[in-house]
Amino acid sequence: MELTVRDLGVARGGVPVLEGVSFAVSAGEVLILRGPNGIGKTTLLRTVAGLQPPIGGRIGLEREAMAYAAHADGIKATLSVRENLEFWADVFATGDIGPALDAFELDALADRPAGGLSAGQKRRLGLARMVVTGRPVWVLDEPTVSLDVQAVGLFAAAVRAHLAGGGLALMATHIDLGLEEARVLDLGPYRARALAPDDFDGAFL
Amino acid sequence: MASIWRYANPRKFIETTDRVLPWVSTAALAALVAGLAWGFFFTPDDYRQGSTVKIIYLHVPAALMAINIWIMMLVASLVWIVRRHHVSALAARAAAPVGAVMTVIALVTGAIWGQPMWGTWWAWDPRLTSFLILFLFYLGYMALWAAIENDDTAADLTSVLCLVGSVFALLSRYAVNFWNQGLHQGASLSLDKEEHVADVFYYPLLLCIAGFVLLFIALVFLRTQTEIRARRMRALQARERLG
Amino acid sequence: MIALLGRDMRLAVRAGGGFGLGLAFFLIVVTLVPFGVGPQSALLARIAPGILWLGALLACLLSLDRIFALDWEDGSLDLLATSPLPLEAAVSIKALAHWLTSAVPLIVAAPLFALLLSLPQAGYVPLVASLALGTPALGVIGTFGAALTVGLKRGGLLLSLLVLPLYVPTLIFGAEMARRGTEGLDTTTPMLMLAGISFGVIAVLPFASAAVLRVNLR
Repeated sequence: MELTVRDLGVARGGVPVLEGVSFAVSAGEVLILRGPNGIGKTTLLRTVAGLQPPIGGRIGLEREAMAYAAHADGIKATLSVRENLEFWADVFATGDIGPALDAFELDALADRPAGGLSAGQKRRLGLARMVVTGRPVWVLDEPTVSLDVQAVGLFAAAVRAHLAGGGLALMATHIDLGLEEARVLDLGPYRARALAPDDFDGAFL
Repeated sequence: MASIWRYANPRKFIETTDRVLPWVSTAALAALVAGLAWGFFFTPDDYRQGSTVKIIYLHVPAALMAINIWIMMLVASLVWIVRRHHVSALAARAAAPVGAVMTVIALVTGAIWGQPMWGTWWAWDPRLTSFLILFLFYLGYMALWAAIENDDTAADLTSVLCLVGSVFALLSRYAVNFWNQGLHQGASLSLDKEEHVADVFYYPLLLCIAGFVLLFIALVFLRTQTEIRARRMRALQARERLG
Repeated sequence: MIALLGRDMRLAVRAGGGFGLGLAFFLIVVTLVPFGVGPQSALLARIAPGILWLGALLACLLSLDRIFALDWEDGSLDLLATSPLPLEAAVSIKALAHWLTSAVPLIVAAPLFALLLSLPQAGYVPLVASLALGTPALGVIGTFGAALTVGLKRGGLLLSLLVLPLYVPTLIFGAEMARRGTEGLDTTTPMLMLAGISFGVIAVLPFASAAVLRVNLR
């Protein structure tokens, strides 16, 4: 299992933001994407996850291998924590939600309606969903927002367990996750260069 | 090799249409003035309908264009979906308001004609009803374009709406026919000699139709140019914001 | 797929708005009509099939924007799109859940409301049959409209503008079937047309809805 991305170009709102992005992540590895706000980290992750088409380049894995977690956790307030997780377990046909509840210490909260959780607890539930998907590639966008130190530790442990099981992870974050083994890729050099204003082809730029 | 898709390049489109536009506009004006003057002043009154029949020189071309413009939008939408030429999507967008106005002209002239003929401004006649529904489709299509900020997203969504809408417009036409049989007179233009209007009315009518077609082409060229320039401006602004 | 159906149903029931709101709206429409046209039973009986069809159509329209809007806001639509469930199937299931929670109660309540509008005895069976046959089409067409307008500010009004013209054929054949049944005429033609529309849109429109949804998620 290896995620190879070659010469990838992505656009936000029809305007190219990144181009020529190449990297490879093999099983058991974490790659962290860095770069200033607005450079296109979220757009790149959404493209890798298959939610939007790239404007150029190749992504070496089919989207069926990816599990994606965005800023929003997709949590239904009126369902309990258990029901939320069980739904995704059913959709991904993986069945058991026990390990996911354990990994993020959600057992005690399992029967509470998700609407009553704190922001950090919701985030933990959102991340527990990644365990439930059973997919080898985790694509995570700012995974530790609103998590406290202890929960960040839980998250790091869950990522390590995922890697140990032959998985890999690609994430965008500014926060130190305590994952010393992670490689870091700075997206700064890949910023799409401005086309000449009088180049009047195709996309009008 | 020269192919028609060459003109799908925005700059090429503007260059070409800039050269053609004065000719098309002049021809449209000439055909309309000549056709309407011929029709209004140099044809006899109808033996049954009197001078009211002369409204066909506005009513029939407008009604024809109302339908044909939708078909043109359908073709342009298909081209956008299949080949993703931006000019095609923008041409569909540019044609919609023209089509909507044509539909209104057809409806209003129909009402004005209907008053002396049927004794009422409006009847739920199948053809009139179908045009009213067509007008609603135009409104929805234009509203969807206006509501979406991202131009490519808007082009995609409106194209699918145009496709689905075409099927439902056709379905509505049959449904409306089934629902009410109607009082509308037969087709004004038909190969069947028995049905269509007499030759004296027919030739000026053809000239008027040609005028409407040319007018539509001129308007679509002009509006597509505007859309291309507006689109280019938005793209430049977006790029500036990103730095 | 069953998981998604179960979740959507559960959400509709727990949110409270699902069953009750559309039904209450239907009742209000039926109550207001006699105030508008007068209480004569002969007149009401004549227009009852049309009014009931219009009321059901509007009640159906009322809950359309909830099909995708909530999932869009909390991000579950992104997650669903990256899940193993094909988006076409997800769209169909959501339309089914919408039909079960908003249209089925209307069909069940329709005879009761028909009583209020003094619908003749002969009209009850054709009315319920036409609603049962036609409301799936309303739901699937509405789902397409909801997919078109998901994520738009002020999407609700636009949704009505887009969807209502698409409802014309369904309404014509549905109301015609109910009317003919009430008057004791043959209902075969409108019934076949209505069934044709329903099955046609169920077979084809989810593909358009899923395509449109993918564009909106980009």
